[in-house]
Amino acid sequence: MMNRRKVLEALKERLTDEIVISTYSTASDWIDMSDRPLNFYSNGAMGLASSHGLGMALARPERRVIVLDGDGSLLMNLPTLVTIGRVAPVNFTHMVMCNGSYEANGGHPIPNQDVDFEAMAKAAQIEKTCTISAMQDFTGRLDWLLSEPGPIFASLQIEQGPLGPRSYKEMYRAERRQALRDALGADAK
Amino acid sequence: MEANAEADASVLHGAKIIEAVKQAGIEYVLSVPDLHTSRGLLFPIAEDPDLNLIRVCKEDECLGISAGLNYGNKRALILLQYTGFLYAMNAIRGVGVEYKQPSVLMIGMLGKEPGVLPQDSKRFGLRIIEPMLDVLGIPHIHIETDADIDGITPAINKAYETPFPTAILIGGKAI
Repeated sequence: MMNRRKVLEALKERLTDEIVISTYSTASDWIDMSDRPLNFYSNGAMGLASSHGLGMALARPERRVIVLDGDGSLLMNLPTLVTIGRVAPVNFTHMVMCNGSYEANGGHPIPNQDVDFEAMAKAAQIEKTCTISAMQDFTGRLDWLLSEPGPIFASLQIEQGPLGPRSYKEMYRAERRQALRDALGADAK
Repeated sequence: MEANAEADASVLHGAKIIEAVKQAGIEYVLSVPDLHTSRGLLFPIAEDPDLNLIRVCKEDECLGISAGLNYGNKRALILLQYTGFLYAMNAIRGVGVEYKQPSVLMIGMLGKEPGVLPQDSKRFGLRIIEPMLDVLGIPHIHIETDADIDGITPAINKAYETPFPTAILIGGKAI
């Protein structure tokens, strides 16, 4: 099992101009550690981080799009794997923080903690997949995760983090979404 | 002759709807199949070289994908049945309305009686669509025949310029 903040710290050290989409508990850690215009914090409907990422990957094929999902969130939108497997954007990396828990909602367990998310991604015809449970393995694969033509799916086995609600108000400010638009040169508000 | 003229006035051509969608700069269509729009819209869209069709599994996926595309200045149409609109309500609320995304919802009104306004339909599920859009504050237009198609392009453009969701109810069955 890995510590989520250590995973994110290692990721942060390797980033350049990638778009990073995060959600719930991972988003809370990520904004603390790497507050940058090219971040998008998925909100509004649990599970749609990967769908946002798919759209951005299609619209901005010159950039790598990294989705930092949660296992509870992915379960809310599991068919996204089928859609991603079909559309298959090469600039798309989907990392799922798996701790078997709806951590942001009090730490309740997901319905089945023995679910094999990598196998699900494989079954959805996402060919490049992995399951990582040790930091050394994660850092060793980071170049592959960030530069190999995708789509890539990675199930990251992590420890449960702090329980309960955190303040999402700061990360969901409209100014942050505008900063992403500005960084991408998007015209619309 | 008069009978023919009346018959023509009740026709809705899918090709004209698609042309209006393209005039608004739509490049992507995100869709779960709907019998009401299957023949007149979805099959032709699938064959249209100017449109990228992404077939999704659930309607709420469309809200995220459409928003993501918008961050790269790509316009998308979400083509779904009214039941899918009801299913995706939380995503429409959260991503479209509260995040002020230009989610363009083209909603097939399967089972609506020809020439009858949605609020007057005998079907409960159809009668509640416009009131629910009103609660969400989403502007909507109703397309029953070719005469209504002129409203489509401006509605889409306004959604992207505002930005805010819009809904285009396909009441007539497109051919």
